[in-house]
Amino acid sequence: MVNFGSLREAIKRIDIPTLIIVFFLIGLFILAAATKVSVTTLLSDSIVRIGMNGVLVLAMLPTIRAGIGPNFGLPVGIIGGLLGGLIVMQYQVAGPIGFWIAVGISIVINFVLGWIYAWLLDKVRGQEMMVETYVGYSIVAFMSIMWLVLPFTNPEMIWAIGGKGLRYTLTLQNYFDKALNNFLRFQIGKNFSFPTGLVLFFAGSCYLVWLFFKTRPGLAIDLTGQNELYAISSGVNPKKARRNAVILSTVIAGVGILVYAQSYGFLQLYQAPLFMTFPAVASILIGGASIRRATITNVVLGTILFQTLLTVSLPVLSQVTRGDITEVLRLIVSNGMILYALTRTPKEAS
Amino acid sequence: MRNINKFYYGNQVLKDVTITLDEGEILGLVGENGAGKSTLMNILFGMPVIHSTGGFGGEIVFKGERVNIDSPMKAMELGIGMVHQEFMLLPGFTVTENIKLNREITKPNFLSMVFGKRLELLDMEPMREEARKALDTIGMHSIDEMHLVAGLPVAHKQFVEIAREIDKRSLKLLVLDEPTAVLTESEAEILLNVVRLLSQKGISIIFISHRLHEVLEVAHKIVILRDGAVVGEGPKEKFTLFEIAEKMVGRKVENLELPPRKVPLDENKIIMSIKDLHVHMPGEEVKGFSIDIREGEILGIGGLAGQGKLGVANGIFGMYPATGKVTYMGKEYQLNSPLFALKNGIVYVSEDRRGVGLLLDESVEMNIVATAIQAFGMFTKRFLGFTIYDRKAIREHALRMIKELDIRCKGPAQPVRRLSGGNQQKVCLARAFTLNPKVLFVSEPTRGIDVGAKKLVLDYLVKLNREHGITIVLTSSELAELKSICDRIAIVCEGKLAAVLPPTASDVEFGLAMAGELEEVKAHG
Amino acid sequence: MQKRMSLKDILIANAVPITFFILTFLAVLVAKIPILFLLSEIVRRLSRNTFLVLALIIPVVAGLGLNFAIVLGAMAAQAALFFVVDWGITGLSGILLAIVISSVISIFLGWIAGKTLNRAKGREMITSMILGFFANGVYQLIFLFFVGSLIPFKKTDFLLPQGVGLRNTVDLFGIVDGALNDLLTLNIGFITIYIVPLIFVVGLCVFLTFLLKTKLGQDFKAVGQDMHIARTAGIDVDKTRIIAVILSTVFASIGQVIYLQDIGTINTYNSHEQIGLFSIAALLVGGASVKKANIWNAILGVILFHALFVVAPSAGNRLFGQPQIGEFFREFIAYAVIAFALAMHGWRSRKGK
Repeated sequence: MVNFGSLREAIKRIDIPTLIIVFFLIGLFILAAATKVSVTTLLSDSIVRIGMNGVLVLAMLPTIRAGIGPNFGLPVGIIGGLLGGLIVMQYQVAGPIGFWIAVGISIVINFVLGWIYAWLLDKVRGQEMMVETYVGYSIVAFMSIMWLVLPFTNPEMIWAIGGKGLRYTLTLQNYFDKALNNFLRFQIGKNFSFPTGLVLFFAGSCYLVWLFFKTRPGLAIDLTGQNELYAISSGVNPKKARRNAVILSTVIAGVGILVYAQSYGFLQLYQAPLFMTFPAVASILIGGASIRRATITNVVLGTILFQTLLTVSLPVLSQVTRGDITEVLRLIVSNGMILYALTRTPKEAS
Repeated sequence: MRNINKFYYGNQVLKDVTITLDEGEILGLVGENGAGKSTLMNILFGMPVIHSTGGFGGEIVFKGERVNIDSPMKAMELGIGMVHQEFMLLPGFTVTENIKLNREITKPNFLSMVFGKRLELLDMEPMREEARKALDTIGMHSIDEMHLVAGLPVAHKQFVEIAREIDKRSLKLLVLDEPTAVLTESEAEILLNVVRLLSQKGISIIFISHRLHEVLEVAHKIVILRDGAVVGEGPKEKFTLFEIAEKMVGRKVENLELPPRKVPLDENKIIMSIKDLHVHMPGEEVKGFSIDIREGEILGIGGLAGQGKLGVANGIFGMYPATGKVTYMGKEYQLNSPLFALKNGIVYVSEDRRGVGLLLDESVEMNIVATAIQAFGMFTKRFLGFTIYDRKAIREHALRMIKELDIRCKGPAQPVRRLSGGNQQKVCLARAFTLNPKVLFVSEPTRGIDVGAKKLVLDYLVKLNREHGITIVLTSSELAELKSICDRIAIVCEGKLAAVLPPTASDVEFGLAMAGELEEVKAHG
Repeated sequence: MQKRMSLKDILIANAVPITFFILTFLAVLVAKIPILFLLSEIVRRLSRNTFLVLALIIPVVAGLGLNFAIVLGAMAAQAALFFVVDWGITGLSGILLAIVISSVISIFLGWIAGKTLNRAKGREMITSMILGFFANGVYQLIFLFFVGSLIPFKKTDFLLPQGVGLRNTVDLFGIVDGALNDLLTLNIGFITIYIVPLIFVVGLCVFLTFLLKTKLGQDFKAVGQDMHIARTAGIDVDKTRIIAVILSTVFASIGQVIYLQDIGTINTYNSHEQIGLFSIAALLVGGASVKKANIWNAILGVILFHALFVVAPSAGNRLFGQPQIGEFFREFIAYAVIAFALAMHGWRSRKGK
């Protein structure tokens, strides 16, 4: 029997923006059905986008739980991931195995990057979000110089004319394009294709992270984020706990960008890493997280809502106006959500 | 002020407090921390915290008229000034700018006539003069009024605060909250002279201080607060020092029948020996405390607020930086490491229940076990190569503890925030017991909880001691509590050990020890 | 208590401008750009960009940190200019009208920004940053989708092919291009000095100096040091902060009008984005911090920052054979300077605890 009392309580606890988005989404679906846009294609595309972005959103979880807020410095981890992918391409490792090797390399790189990054953040305790953002920007700008200078020689990667420097986007067609998506993919009818490997990977990552927070180091992170003094009185070293959270977040981000890239089919360099951060932050917030509190449910729910919104709005709204309204919508929704989260009083946030 | 009642979080912090003050009179207001002095003053000064937590009952009559003070501005308009305990000075401004904060003297100009008064230029010359006058009035000729406050020595900052208040020409009532806390003896003398001077000019003063001899020196009349009620008042001639100290802490004690011990205490079996402990805990500094803790005893640590009693336990456990030589069970004890303490069976229940002792948004069961999981790996199991916490084992243990301590809650999964103060404290004790302590440091265990829960908590401590042999160090500002269950009571004064008294010692002795006067009296017979 | 700072203290306190000066100096040497050209460029940028940088000072003084939301003022300026273009008002009257309209819009936007920042006390900078992005989204919504459809626009050659949305570039030539610049110029050899914008800059400098000596200025400083103490003294903290943001936004909008009339074209969807970044970086390069900023920081910052700006592509070309590296390097420097200032701020606040 549905307990209406607790249902009402549950709804009261959902944020207003989240509710708005849900209603907007329902409206879009109805519009889609009414205007003969294929709903099954929409669903299929949505699932792909959810799987492809989910792991990046997952990277937000550890730092929020550690009390540092969402990881605005996602580009650091993304660059580690990109390096992994680039190395795989440079050594011409073809096929799905390339994906796993890239993941492995990126984890190692991001362990180191994450360590350094955590050291920096600890020095600026209290201003993490701002410093993260601009460190992220600086590193992306710095790496833009590096992409031009680093000695990659695979002709598929570098500019045809001039022969020096990596291109803006590198196609993964001969490498690990769709490595996860195609794994155990199955089709229902004409329009619906289910990327089993991708969904399994996302679900598996969520499960691993969920499990991690049940271990002692995970608990240490939680305690540090909830009440630093309680954590200290339990023998936790808050600096170490926060460091672990940052490293974990960075590592997940590296894996996340590779998941994204294999689904998209391209590795995007230069300015691209910057565009992944705010949507990921917004997604977890839309899923119900706050600056101080987040759960796996927030990750999954938020990714589903945000990505479905973006997927569905393009074909549906392009019947009314130009297609690039999705870009604008993305800007407004993601930044609006983050703004909402930042302007809530601490009482509202918990 | 008449019949002031104030509720905080459902606990009555002030009960029917009535104080009256004449023009030019100096009133000394004394009481323990938590007795209600600061709250009373916050009400008088219209501080926002009062109104955001439900207001207060009762009335304030000022110069014969009922007044409603709902903001500091209102209080200032009426002529009430306050020098707070924490300095309200802007470090980047000069002395003059601080004295004149938000009351600056300005000159109109073209833009201000169009756009409003806020665009008037500051007129530094007259501001300097008035600041200078205020400083000179209190004898502070050496303070340069154009100096930045940031570089001033602490005592000067205190006097600048006072100068600011007396610069308000309409000042009629001045509240001084612990004005001598940061001053040396000689500086305090100067301040007391200033106070006398002001009272001669017709300004009424409320003087709050823990330094009882100062209060006796300068006040005309004294009011003693305890547990939110007035327990003594009258002209100062009516009181002696130890009478005041006694009234601040003394309470009627019911003599509890304590169960006997299985093994009697042996004063030679020392479980922890503390020598020259210094702890840097702001507000509760420990400056050279030494004591030997006997195995199996219940040792009480008492003393007046701010004298350091809370610092001892915090320092031993590593919550605040500490130095000193401590041995435990014959071996050297490492300070500044909660993990070391925990691993050696030293457990600490903090006086700051909500801030340190609990994870307010977590469930009862997690609060009970989190530390045990983190420090000892208890309640864990192996799963897919990870060591994760075992929900079932946690639930079982929590249910057991809920039953044993009679924790009133909707279930082990309920967020601890919802529980009453008393039940929250029981959760803290459950957390402590889960850690298998050999020595349990408990601070202010019954603060802010109802009578019934108080008894339960104390009974539980006794049970832990008698049935499990746990040595207990109980720090409390309630002397009655210490007397009821402790074998010995150590009194901390000025950060050091002042005396170790048996629970049967008289209230007078305790009062004197707390005021630091015990040796003197003993010396004088 | 030491009154005189050792040389080491002076170096550390001014680390950023000193480092930047050395960097720029080296870059100038490497780039081998003719000094006269560099000088003339710097003079031009002084008259063009300084007003915007000055707009950042008041929020810093009032404790709001670096106001990333000056973008809102820039957007107001562009909106005003679009209308001026549409109504075909040229020359000085066009500029003056644009300034008036943009100021009015900015007062409103600044008020909203101020209210938002008051709800995010302690997190002002990141909130102003996100607010800027959000406003950018709304701006794009209006100018990509509403103009031409919901909002009538007569000059259809400025619209996109489908008739809805403004084109990517709006040329001000013949309308207000150079409207302020050309009023009064002074030529010294090869260097052209545009007097009127410089008068605006000097005017703002004078006004800011005046403002900080008034009661309002004192209130800004008080609120900027400690909100709690200011409130207890009776200052209306929330209102003071909102006034600070409104002033900043209005000045930013005027600054953007000055900037655009010099450049001559509006990049409809880009001109305002970078403005926040480069203005803030310039202010920091001039020696300001998150808690302290003055007029000289702004002026020095514009000179140093833009000097580097001008020479970076050439330097990059000579060092690496790729001018693009120079451009990326410019961006990197801008971001790194801000990251460094924020890190210093975080480090100092943490030490203070």
